Amino acid sequence: MSTIARKKGVGAVLWDYLTTVDHKKIAHLYLISGGFFFLLGGLEALFIRIQLAKPNNDFLVGGLYNEVLTMHGTTMIFLAAMPLIFAFMNAVVPLQIGARDVAFPFLNALGFWMFFFGGLFLNCSWFLGGAPDAGWTSYASLSLDSKAHHGIDFYTLGLQISGFGTLMGGINFLVTIINMRAPGMTFMRMPMFTWATFVTSALILFAFPPLTVGLIFMMMDRLFGGNFFNPAAGGNTIIWEHLFWVFGHPEVYILVLPAFGIFSEIFATFSRKRLFGYSSMVFATVLIAFLGFMVWAHHMFTVGMGPIANAIFAVATMTIAVPTGVKIFNWLFTMWGGSIKFTTPMHYAVAFIPSFVMGGVTGVMLAAAAADYQYHDSYFVVAHFHYVIVGGVVFALLAGTHYWWPKMFGRMLNETLGKMTFWLFFIGFHLTFFIQHFLGLTGMPRRVFTYLPNQGWETGNFVSTVGAFFMAAATIILLINIVVTTAKGEKVPGDAWGDGRTLEWAIASPPPVYNFAQTPLVRGLDAFWLEKMEGKKELTPAEPLGDIHMPNSSFLPFVIAFGLFVAAFGFTYHNDAGWGLPVGILGLLITLGSMFLRSVIDDHGFHIHKEEVLELEKKEANA
Amino acid sequence: MANQTNSGNERVDLAYRRRKNAEEMRHQMIAFVLMILLTLIAFAAVGYEEFSHWFVVPFILLLAAVQVAFQLYYFMHMSHKGHEFPTMFIYGGVAVMLLLVWAFTTVIWW
Repeated sequence: MSTIARKKGVGAVLWDYLTTVDHKKIAHLYLISGGFFFLLGGLEALFIRIQLAKPNNDFLVGGLYNEVLTMHGTTMIFLAAMPLIFAFMNAVVPLQIGARDVAFPFLNALGFWMFFFGGLFLNCSWFLGGAPDAGWTSYASLSLDSKAHHGIDFYTLGLQISGFGTLMGGINFLVTIINMRAPGMTFMRMPMFTWATFVTSALILFAFPPLTVGLIFMMMDRLFGGNFFNPAAGGNTIIWEHLFWVFGHPEVYILVLPAFGIFSEIFATFSRKRLFGYSSMVFATVLIAFLGFMVWAHHMFTVGMGPIANAIFAVATMTIAVPTGVKIFNWLFTMWGGSIKFTTPMHYAVAFIPSFVMGGVTGVMLAAAAADYQYHDSYFVVAHFHYVIVGGVVFALLAGTHYWWPKMFGRMLNETLGKMTFWLFFIGFHLTFFIQHFLGLTGMPRRVFTYLPNQGWETGNFVSTVGAFFMAAATIILLINIVVTTAKGEKVPGDAWGDGRTLEWAIASPPPVYNFAQTPLVRGLDAFWLEKMEGKKELTPAEPLGDIHMPNSSFLPFVIAFGLFVAAFGFTYHNDAGWGLPVGILGLLITLGSMFLRSVIDDHGFHIHKEEVLELEKKEANA
Repeated sequence: MANQTNSGNERVDLAYRRRKNAEEMRHQMIAFVLMILLTLIAFAAVGYEEFSHWFVVPFILLLAAVQVAFQLYYFMHMSHKGHEFPTMFIYGGVAVMLLLVWAFTTVIWW
């Protein structure tokens, strides 16, 4: 296999991406499919807002509204936010620790295809009778009664498959970060985004198994005659809620900790200062993750757990505000006295602080169990979690897109269009969700498809809908920006922003397939900045130049995930049609067969020889 | 690694390594004998009809926990250096699961 880049046909590019095990290309795949699902979820959000724009509207009525609402939440969390975070983890973390790839490149590809086919399966429900309609939490008491179509089965099996993918990704990053850091990169010299990835991966490792268990129970109940959640047969419907939230609350931190990581990088880079209180940042990240596991029941205050349980979970929840506050102040102090450059990513970062703090404050309000009885299931909760997830996670994803785009694709996104996106999105976001606090406080219930006139909710809902269109416009400008940049954006050097601090900026943009020709020697936090401050242009190598061992591409990850996709169809319909069971078994055979092939075929990878590396590096230097 | 030399020669520190291996083997043997003993005690506890179930069930669960520890620390070498991360993650997972079981028993099934 040659590594010399040359113009390739569409088919060859497609095949390259279908078989790739390179973390940088897998990042592209995550970015593209996560971006696609983000647009889909955004479209669903627009439909919801159109329906609610005026009282007694009939744009989406009853069951269809439930389906759109459910799919908006499910898509945004599992199919947009998670993969977009994985896109940045894949694109950046191996570079930040000075590694040539993740620890298990094959597993990395498998994780992506599992997510992809799981998401595809979930969305197939739109064309096959109806989408899931029991909310993204899919509480068993609702979802077991949803018998008009197979929507919930698509939810259970689709999320199960994509959940396996996420779990694989998490384990992969844990092993990568523990074992593959460049010489000199101790844990306390790791960039904040790498730290966030590490802690997030640990959260994934512990939080996804409860979801897996819950989904298996649900699958049994729905498709194989089980009674785990059926009180009439001795089951207990509350168990689903606990299992779901034992996963679901850490999931919030799985989303937001990488967002914190992205912002930590951006604040330091564009304040051109070392991150304030680095070690307290690390400590706060770990503490949030730790506390995140003992607060899940604050989603269930009104279930009737009793005052003692409610009180314990309320207090535990409020303590999370402490490490989060530490982080907020650290970011503020990072900017304090810095020489700040207001680039597009920095816009998002600065806007993130007040937006996220507002979400945090309403979070503490909701954590007060007694008060929660008032807020519960109202638009106040909707406003709260959109402030946290849009104001925190989506801002971070947009910021990260602008920040790392030059590193991932070698071209700088247009800053003017970027700032237009930011302002439209920022205004639209606050317009949409700020007023929902008050809608909630005046009693508007969530998840209900319409409301009557003269309840004082018309103006609020209309404003909210207008805001949603601002965000849609922002997204369209971002897409235009991407197209324009791809067509004729300016090519950038390795240190695209000129202020790069971490290792990823020390190599070409986009990085060569082997990342680092020689593994770098890390002499401190912000390793690249350190060398630049001593007048050097690049990092000191930690090893002589030699042949580089690379993994071979493989089509098997695609086939393994595809088998599960087929199997999921079979088992979904096995109670209705004779072909169900055989198709299910066929799918499992495809998966197990290709796993068998993976085990028996010897694959030792290949070497990029020293001469080739030298040639590539020389070409890079001239470009 | 058994020793801290950077020589690839296996004959370096031979005496030290032999002693180390012998000690290792002794630990393995002791653990093995203890595990057999614990198993016999567990069988005896179940077989002896004077004991009530309220004693026997927690008792053999306790013995099982000890067995798991032996298995991990002696047979799977978790007592050696370089196993800090697996240890941390195992205990992390155990803590999460215990919390879950504790919450389920007190909140749902009490």
